[in-house]
Amino acid sequence: MSQAAQATATQAAGNGQRISLLRVLGPAHVWALGVGIVLVGEYTGWNFAADKGGALAALITCWFVGILYTSVAMIDSEVTSTVAAAGGQYAQAKHIVGPLMAFNVALFLVFAYTMLEVSDAILARDTIVAFAATEGFHGDSFIALVIVVLAWLNYRGVLMTLNVNFIITAIAYVAIVVLFFSVQPWSQGVVLKLNELVTPQNALPYGWIGVIAAFQFAIWYYLGIEGTTQAAEEVRSPSRALPYGTMAGIITLLIAAALTWYVCASLLPWEYLGITVYPLWDAAKMTGSPFLEFLLFVGTILAAVASANGCINDAARAWFSLGRDRYLPTWFSAVHPKYRTPYRSILFLLPIALAFAFIADINQAITFSILSGVLQYTFMSINIVMFRNKWPLGTIRRGYTHPFHPIPAICLFLLCAITFFAIFLGYGSQLIAMVIFYVIVSIWFHFYRYRYVRRGDQFTMPWPKPKGY
Amino acid sequence: MWFTISYIAWAISAALALWMLYDWFKTDTTYSEDQLTSSREGEIEAVSEKHKV
Repeated sequence: MSQAAQATATQAAGNGQRISLLRVLGPAHVWALGVGIVLVGEYTGWNFAADKGGALAALITCWFVGILYTSVAMIDSEVTSTVAAAGGQYAQAKHIVGPLMAFNVALFLVFAYTMLEVSDAILARDTIVAFAATEGFHGDSFIALVIVVLAWLNYRGVLMTLNVNFIITAIAYVAIVVLFFSVQPWSQGVVLKLNELVTPQNALPYGWIGVIAAFQFAIWYYLGIEGTTQAAEEVRSPSRALPYGTMAGIITLLIAAALTWYVCASLLPWEYLGITVYPLWDAAKMTGSPFLEFLLFVGTILAAVASANGCINDAARAWFSLGRDRYLPTWFSAVHPKYRTPYRSILFLLPIALAFAFIADINQAITFSILSGVLQYTFMSINIVMFRNKWPLGTIRRGYTHPFHPIPAICLFLLCAITFFAIFLGYGSQLIAMVIFYVIVSIWFHFYRYRYVRRGDQFTMPWPKPKGY
Repeated sequence: MWFTISYIAWAISAALALWMLYDWFKTDTTYSEDQLTSSREGEIEAVSEKHKV
């Protein structure tokens, strides 16, 4: 944050004025938040889809999950450019569906981002340990370093946090582009061997059920782009910056996903591609270029750090919003008078992330994150239909109106259903356990916590009455 | 070398964590709870966006 903004903020606090989050962000920061969270999925995660269904399944699901996330980005852009409040989908759910849905959505958000942050920190540690190749070196300090340094950065202000994210995300993205052009993609057979590695015999080794199963990991190509909405209360112009940043973000990711698959599937056999933790780094090693190998190592680290950074930002805003509406104790809704960040929420989630990072298994953390994410996308498909029904076009001002409604909502719902089935095939017990968890906390919220909520105060948008009410 | 870097990483993490705890304590004792929790959703929205079409 600039010194002038800090001085103004501190003076406002001294004068007894309300202390709010600072509106300093632009479309580039929104892009950095969304792409920063997601890009780690190109560096690791998506490739496990190849293990489930072969290299071609990883490509087919890349396209279909791309449709799912394009729908997410379009729907999010419309609703968030209208409900511009911290908490993103939580604030949307509160105004459009109701408090119980909003409480659940906020928990989806907090768990999805915190568990993704944990996975990112573990990935950064594992990558450094693999690079160091030193016996007895465990690298646990790097988990602490990633989580604490990023929490500190988030504590000190959103502008610097997302400026940093913009730079490191751009470097990680450029690394993929450099790798792509370095292997002469226009000339198959020189470096790339796609026709030898993906043949009619091994393209779909488990048939079409393998393609369905691959959906679970194909989510990683784009998981987290919806996180752009958490910046809604801190952008200078929500109706412009959010649709711009989010749509530019999904376009960036669709390109990155296609480049990543093409290079990796052309350099690594699907049996290896499906089990390696570092598909892009390993693909760089296959080129024999020390420069590319080092560049993709750096890219892996930066992508993990950018993702964790965005996750801390988003989880804290969701938690902060719950406190501000008294869904949780109001203590969590404090804003730092100097840095204008939700500092107590950041500090509260810090030890939780550290504990999971040191205790949890990375697969469990990732599954928890994916499940929470898909639950949230399912909600979004229903949410947009209710939004259009209650406030039809022309009744309130929208920053962006997504085309072809309700086709994106229907696509999103159907693809979420397929993904749930795929998750059930791989992690059925976790899926059931998680649904039971959300049912229990919903009962707690409905019968106990909701009595503390000031019911009229939580609906803040100056909208006309919804149609039919 | 990696072990030395590891110790430095622990030290940086501890220092930043302590700084955040110190700043948290300082902030909470300097400002009233009402001031710190005075943020309201939709404040600027109500001023800048009238939702008239």
